[in-house]
Amino acid sequence: MADVQDFHHALKFKYDLCIGCAHCTGVCPTGAIHVEDGHPQLDPNRCVDCGRCYQSCPVNAIYIEQDDFQTIYDYKYPVLLLPSIFIAQFEDKIKEKTILSALYHIGFKHVFEVEKSVDFIKQDMQKTVTANNGFKPIISTFCPAVVRLIQVKFPVLVPNLYLSKPPLDLTALYIRKLLTEEDHIPAEDIGIFYVSPCAAKIAAIKSPATEEQSPVSEVINMNFLYSKVMRVIKQGEYQLCEDSRTRYHRLSKDSVSFTLTGGEIGLLKDGRNLAIDGIHNVSEFLEKLEDEDIQDIDFLELRACDESCAGGILCANNRFLMAERQRKRRQKSPDEVDAEDNDLLNYTDYLTEHKRVLGTVEPRSMDKMDDNLSVAMQKMRRAFEINQNLPQVDCRICGYQSCKALSEAVVNGKAEVEQCIFVQRALEHSEKLTILDTQRINTKIWGLKKNDPAIAKNLNL
Amino acid sequence: MDFTYHVEGGDFTNAGSTSSEVKRMLKKLGVSPDIVKKTVVALYEAEVNIVAHAYRGDISVDLENDKVRIVLADEGPGIPNIEWAMQKGNSTASPKVREMGFGAGMGLPNIKNNSDELNIQSEVGKGTTIELVNYFNK
Repeated sequence: MADVQDFHHALKFKYDLCIGCAHCTGVCPTGAIHVEDGHPQLDPNRCVDCGRCYQSCPVNAIYIEQDDFQTIYDYKYPVLLLPSIFIAQFEDKIKEKTILSALYHIGFKHVFEVEKSVDFIKQDMQKTVTANNGFKPIISTFCPAVVRLIQVKFPVLVPNLYLSKPPLDLTALYIRKLLTEEDHIPAEDIGIFYVSPCAAKIAAIKSPATEEQSPVSEVINMNFLYSKVMRVIKQGEYQLCEDSRTRYHRLSKDSVSFTLTGGEIGLLKDGRNLAIDGIHNVSEFLEKLEDEDIQDIDFLELRACDESCAGGILCANNRFLMAERQRKRRQKSPDEVDAEDNDLLNYTDYLTEHKRVLGTVEPRSMDKMDDNLSVAMQKMRRAFEINQNLPQVDCRICGYQSCKALSEAVVNGKAEVEQCIFVQRALEHSEKLTILDTQRINTKIWGLKKNDPAIAKNLNL
Repeated sequence: MDFTYHVEGGDFTNAGSTSSEVKRMLKKLGVSPDIVKKTVVALYEAEVNIVAHAYRGDISVDLENDKVRIVLADEGPGIPNIEWAMQKGNSTASPKVREMGFGAGMGLPNIKNNSDELNIQSEVGKGTTIELVNYFNK
């Protein structure tokens, strides 16, 4: 199992912009953020890179790291791996061909859509689900934020994960095979640049759930590339590319809708299959599933973002508009494509051989209070007692997401119960704390500015 | 560490809340996922039995360093022949109930399969007490 400290996160805070409002603390589905010294602090073992904090930040103080774009010029053969949702960011009057031409102009030798491999996956998925006599339901591993959520919050469900590679990995494998074998390009000259609609995919590429390395070389944030392409288009710098130049083929209907909500279960003809989007919805359902409350479901498609990948935090446009465009594109797409249209299907044997995720996904429970069970028991008891005396309003003034979270932080030696303002008032009342003491405590949590006595003067009070 | 929960017969909307609560505690203790799972399966089944058949019941959960001991004591109709009911497929459910897919005679066997120790005592007309124990290091 990878060292838990090694989990890579694509989400980073800019403290110089942060106003310490702690909105991010409130929305986190795993309680990974608490406030200290006036700013959010991330618990790397809890964060699943879902990006809800990014969306909640009113001052854009959370950013998503990306690889240096200039590296595309370091590779002799930079190839772009584009999720089809990228196209849906652009208004209808900007045609696919224009967007592609702009991408070639920027310097990519080829553009492949990620969902090319859905035609391959399709053949396999129903078979796997029908033949499943192990854990039910099979849970999709398409969304990496969901995989991480299951690892940290629902470890009981780890054996349910579908260990077949997602489209991204399969298409990247195909690209390497195609370019080295058919075009005879040396492997080291090929750079595969994936355009990510979210933080979770970046984190999964940089630190995969298993020990298997990603075939992707570098990651580009989708909103960054969107802006770059828009600029090229607006300035008219590009030349319309020849159709023959591109290996960008028409996707089948199912491939186009794959990343939308319902896209995966749409590939299944039989069984009871559910599609759930939004990380809080997913969390609620997994909780019930773990409780044995739900039975006889065959397949679960779970996506962290509302409207699935159209709602990715790095999408440059509104998720509903993007989903609508994507559905329209589905309508215009062919029902089926064959190997002539999609030469990935000529590599079926190769992909079948490599489709399985190598290694195992390990549970790494965030709830565990201690490695030693009897110590964990003592801590749990103590946290329970503390929590019973807290107000249960989850006001977050203590810097933690909830009263329960504070009580657990206290028993783990990370916080003091005096951080609770209700406890502070009680202690002031019994003269165990002075106003100066509570001010010192609150300053430690929220910083000087929010605890400055001058506030009263500024408000003419 | 002891906890007691009350279960009301016929309250299907809350059936399973005790097993969910116990699950959360076992996760905090860092009990391995497969043992969490089997405890939840056994407890859920036993809890729903109270809801479905008894008038009311109490579930007490005792967490120790190496095991969890759960006692479910209900006031209800009781089980006339425990040995018979423990056999897979045996069920007292009416044909009408079976038609809907319930009463397959898997309830008690399922509890047994998912607990390391199981003790059932029952008195017809009075109630049933089920004690199940699962060890953390198996």
